[in-house]
Amino acid sequence: MNSTSIKLSVYRFNPDVDSKPYQQEFNVEFQAGMMLRDALLDIKKQDESFTFRHSCGEGVCGSDGVNANGKNCLACITSVEDLGTSIVVRPFPGRPVIRDLVVDMSQFYQQYKDVKPYLVRKDPMPEVEILQSPEDRDKLDGLYECILCGCCSTSCPSFWWNPEKFHGPAALLQSWRFLADSRDQLTDERLDALEGPYKLFRCHSIMNCVDVCPKGLNPTKAIGHIKQLMLKKAI
Amino acid sequence: MALAKRRFDTLILGAGGAGLRAALQLTNADARVAVVSKVFPTRSHTVAAQGGVNAALANVVPDNWHWHMFDTVKGSDYLGDQDAIEFMCREAPKIVYELEHSGVPFSRLDSGKIYQRAFGGQSQNFGGAQAARTCAAADRTGHAILHSLYQQNIRAKTHFFDEFFAIDLIHDDEGAILGALVLEIETGEPILIEAKTTLIASGGCGQLFRTTTNAHINTGDGMAMVLRAGIPLQDMEFFQFHPTGIAGKGMLITEGARGEGGYLINKDGERFMERYAPNAKDLASRDVVSRSIATEIREGRGCGPNADHVMLRLDHLGSEIVAKRLPGIRDTCKTFLHLDPVDSPIPVFPTAHYVMGGIPTDRSGRVVSPVRHGPEEVIHGLYAAGECACVSVHGGNRLGGNSLLDILVFGKAAGQDIIETLKEQPNHRPMNNASVEKAMARLERWDQTGKGESVGTVRDALKQTMETHCGVFRQEDVMAEGVDALKEIRERLKNVYLTDTSKVFNTARIEALELENLVDIGMATMKSALARQESRGAHSRIDFPDRDDKQWMKHSLYFLEDDRLDWKPVRTKALTVDTFPPKARVY
Repeated sequence: MNSTSIKLSVYRFNPDVDSKPYQQEFNVEFQAGMMLRDALLDIKKQDESFTFRHSCGEGVCGSDGVNANGKNCLACITSVEDLGTSIVVRPFPGRPVIRDLVVDMSQFYQQYKDVKPYLVRKDPMPEVEILQSPEDRDKLDGLYECILCGCCSTSCPSFWWNPEKFHGPAALLQSWRFLADSRDQLTDERLDALEGPYKLFRCHSIMNCVDVCPKGLNPTKAIGHIKQLMLKKAI
Repeated sequence: MALAKRRFDTLILGAGGAGLRAALQLTNADARVAVVSKVFPTRSHTVAAQGGVNAALANVVPDNWHWHMFDTVKGSDYLGDQDAIEFMCREAPKIVYELEHSGVPFSRLDSGKIYQRAFGGQSQNFGGAQAARTCAAADRTGHAILHSLYQQNIRAKTHFFDEFFAIDLIHDDEGAILGALVLEIETGEPILIEAKTTLIASGGCGQLFRTTTNAHINTGDGMAMVLRAGIPLQDMEFFQFHPTGIAGKGMLITEGARGEGGYLINKDGERFMERYAPNAKDLASRDVVSRSIATEIREGRGCGPNADHVMLRLDHLGSEIVAKRLPGIRDTCKTFLHLDPVDSPIPVFPTAHYVMGGIPTDRSGRVVSPVRHGPEEVIHGLYAAGECACVSVHGGNRLGGNSLLDILVFGKAAGQDIIETLKEQPNHRPMNNASVEKAMARLERWDQTGKGESVGTVRDALKQTMETHCGVFRQEDVMAEGVDALKEIRERLKNVYLTDTSKVFNTARIEALELENLVDIGMATMKSALARQESRGAHSRIDFPDRDDKQWMKHSLYFLEDDRLDWKPVRTKALTVDTFPPKARVY
């Protein structure tokens, strides 16, 4: 192996032909500015049966979340240089594997749906826009940018242990996104729905979510805001 | 095993802005709607739109829909249909307010109103001072809109088929569309979805080109399906090259960067757009700016060791504006170029971005085709909206900020018209087995094994051919060679085999089906471009440098059968206002 070559060990499992999963090694020629997605595409050129999701290539569609060297990331905006010359790529932890790096994200999406991730307005709509001050709008920065890639929730131990009961960081970030929106009028119902020991309170501030978010968002902080608001409402 | 079947009132192919806006309209009217998407809805390419959506809200400077209409007609280089353009520009404010009400986190002015920025080709008072018409959520407007639309569809309980790939439309002997055969990607099993009405909202085909701002999924699937059903594609020679893709890589740098005050320079540091467009400068129409960049490079004034790009300067704007208004492209520059646009200029080059042409429709989204009597006969049960469609509101060149508007206005209009159609035609038509078998054969072809070429090799050849033979500047002999090259690629495609024919989540099979789609659309593009012997909008012929309204103010129609071309007139009559007659186009 020469110096411009990198070694990738990728997780393989095709339920049509494999009885159990295995890691397979590929060598990929390093190019300047190479992203992990480029390396995975190179592998797909070598072996078209290798399977992973990807699309926009610039970190906005959220398709290509994987686990590289033990950390969740978006392949298209993760520099190969930062990962070193020997890279282990696995599917997101804790999710059922469909094939190779493709996992079943349906539970993640269900949690998103469970927090009613949409603006609810009880007043009649004005003929023009609902006014919002720039300061109120600023409160949505760091929240609305979520791309639902799943890097955060699938790196969260609380989510691994109680995926049926704990909403997980991505869904809770969206919950706060609407609680924080001056236009939304469902605050009490949103807070009531998060009561109990699991949905919200299973977060133990481990902060893996913050560590891995490819968009630099902070679900732990958002969860803290929800807890504070609940407390404020309670007294 | 018997073919699984599902039945809905309406089948929507594609879950981007157009598909989701239509679905919302229909689900809220109690229609049973199935949205089929080859990716989870928020992965659709609408998510990547940056700069914003045009509407004459007049939140910043005076504005009205009629000025917006003038700019759009002029931007289209007088190929756009003026009735459809009037409709779109009139609907724009309403559609933006609806979006805002549904939760889109638009940036705000101090007044609390929606923030609007200047964009290319916008003017006040029919060609006067620069307008500010583009409603923006920082530089993530598409993301904000797509997510809000998906969220409202969750609320409305729309039925989604996530990660299902559409194989082909099903039609009866009279040409009426009965639904589609789709493939569940996870299981590899085909399913027949019967529908009284089918809306194609499958997006663009930027994967035709090697360097593109478009995502991996933009393979023109719906457009190719329409061709195979015997319906033509309109104005396919008009493909937009965005002036500012990151040089050599293709990631989009929004026109909003110039709208916020950024400008282009050549190797001498000259602000060269002042020479090409003395009034609008860097905010001239995209076709104009892309040609100017290409000309600077051809004449040796490009930047870098290979003199193969120009620079976009934002460093004079200050970090506050860049952080507040352009945070997304700042991240993109840091990630892919290791530079911060606050300090350093961005290397850019015109990059394949948007197809103005597409499936011919009227302004209700109904697909129209010259079947028997006239050039615009309605195809029973078939609608199209969004980038895959050609209404035509963009004509020869689309204005920035008009594509998000197009998908929303005509997604909604199609939904509205479908509601009426469902009232008039409450029953499913009988299924046509021959058509189902034909669609199944398309799928089963990829179960054949053999020794031949790979999908990737032929795809690379296609992209290279399109880039070399049908780029920013075009000429007869180069395109004629391009047609021959595409014919050869078509032949090679017959000898492509998959080494992986397994069922579960077989992306190799999907890519093969996508390649078939792309090859037909590539031919539509090249053939239409070769035929049009004039320069108009994004179609620039070196050998025919002028616009020729006498001969060529007409829409092209490409048919797959025998690669045949036909033409139909531009609808120059507006709905209520006077026609804007063609004029020399200066910015």
